[in-house]
Amino acid sequence: MSFNFGLINFLLLYGGGAKGGLLDVNPGLIFWTIVTFIILLIILKKTAWQPILTALKEREESIRSALEKAERARKEADEIFEKNQKSLAEAEEQVRKIINEGKEYANKLRNEIISRANEEAQKMIDNAKQEIETKKQEALLELKEIVADLSIQAAEKILEESLDREKHKKLIEKLIQNLPKG
Amino acid sequence: MIDSTKIVADTLHNTESSSGSWIIEHIVDSNVLDFEPFGVIHLPTFQLNLFGITLHVEITKHVVFLWLAAFIVGSLLIYTARSYKKSFIPRGVANLVEMIIQFIKDEIVTPTIGEKYVPSFLPFLGTVFFFILTCNLLGLLPYGATATSNISVTASLALLSFIMIQFAGMKKNGVIGYFKGLIPHGVPVFLLPIMFVVEVLGLFTKPFALMIRLFANMTAGHVVILALIGLIFILKTPFISPVSILFALFIYLLELLVALIQAYIFTMLSSLFIGMAIHQEH
Repeated sequence: MSFNFGLINFLLLYGGGAKGGLLDVNPGLIFWTIVTFIILLIILKKTAWQPILTALKEREESIRSALEKAERARKEADEIFEKNQKSLAEAEEQVRKIINEGKEYANKLRNEIISRANEEAQKMIDNAKQEIETKKQEALLELKEIVADLSIQAAEKILEESLDREKHKKLIEKLIQNLPKG
Repeated sequence: MIDSTKIVADTLHNTESSSGSWIIEHIVDSNVLDFEPFGVIHLPTFQLNLFGITLHVEITKHVVFLWLAAFIVGSLLIYTARSYKKSFIPRGVANLVEMIIQFIKDEIVTPTIGEKYVPSFLPFLGTVFFFILTCNLLGLLPYGATATSNISVTASLALLSFIMIQFAGMKKNGVIGYFKGLIPHGVPVFLLPIMFVVEVLGLFTKPFALMIRLFANMTAGHVVILALIGLIFILKTPFISPVSILFALFIYLLELLVALIQAYIFTMLSSLFIGMAIHQEH
């Protein structure tokens, strides 16, 4: 408390100088302060505060709407992404199916081709065998004739016309026909 | 601080006294703008006779600084308002001003009074904040004077705040409703007269506290700085000067903070009292 009294004493003592003390209230200054402040307030209210408040509000609105828009866009993007994901999965499924079908078809086709080829080959082999058989028969026939001729010639040379050529031929043919087949 | 040193030296040299009166002389209002060593401007003195009462409405040092503050605040805010016409995004000074306005709007007016009252009270409270802050800061410049360290100035600002508080309360609740609402609910009938007196006194103590707080805070820092510098001349030794100057510098920085805090507190409390006058439900 003594400190407080000291402070008040200080203020009153040195505040009461010739030019006006620290705690002296000057009505002129009060007048000027109030006038200055009120004029400042009136001027600023029209020229500054209203535009600033409007601008702040407008910007707040614009920020809010921008955020909302961004949120909406994000949601939309999410939806699109999900849709894409789904369609991608579907496409994959389809591709797998197509590939599988293709594989199956290819397998079937391969088997068919192989079997057909086998068949054809078999047929060709058979044909070839038959041809060979016929050629062999022909060759044998020819051989027989040649042999017969040769034998006749040989016999002729040996026997020197001892036999009638026609008779002889018949005789030898008979002989050849009786030969075992080989 | 440079000019403080000079003033202290001069006054001490002239008066040859070690009393504290030179400190007060420097702080109180005067009719002289002291720009030593560049010169001194003597402000005109005149009186106004109105209905037989003599009013000293002369333009004093503090009036000049009030006007300077008003000019600075006015141009700053109008510049900010204009900058919105150019672009939606504020730059530089306008950005700083807008940040402060946003702070007053969101941290002071909205929580204490309410969102829907912002357009009606932000102009007053915002102007109060910028005006007090500029006055406080002008006192920290060389050759500057702190108008807010004059009790007449703080009294006027508190008076305006008082009028605003009562006006707001009466407009919302009606004149009779406002005075009825001053008394809390559930008070015994025999206590009503006392409570009424106490609450009405409370209406006046609030702005009175605003006045004293701003005045005392803005005066104290200057007194301490002057006293610290004066120490050099009172003790008549230069060896004390490093201590004096370091402490004075510290107080100066503290005053920078106090200038901001006091502007904030004055605005905050005014806003709080307006809010209390409007929302009377206890």
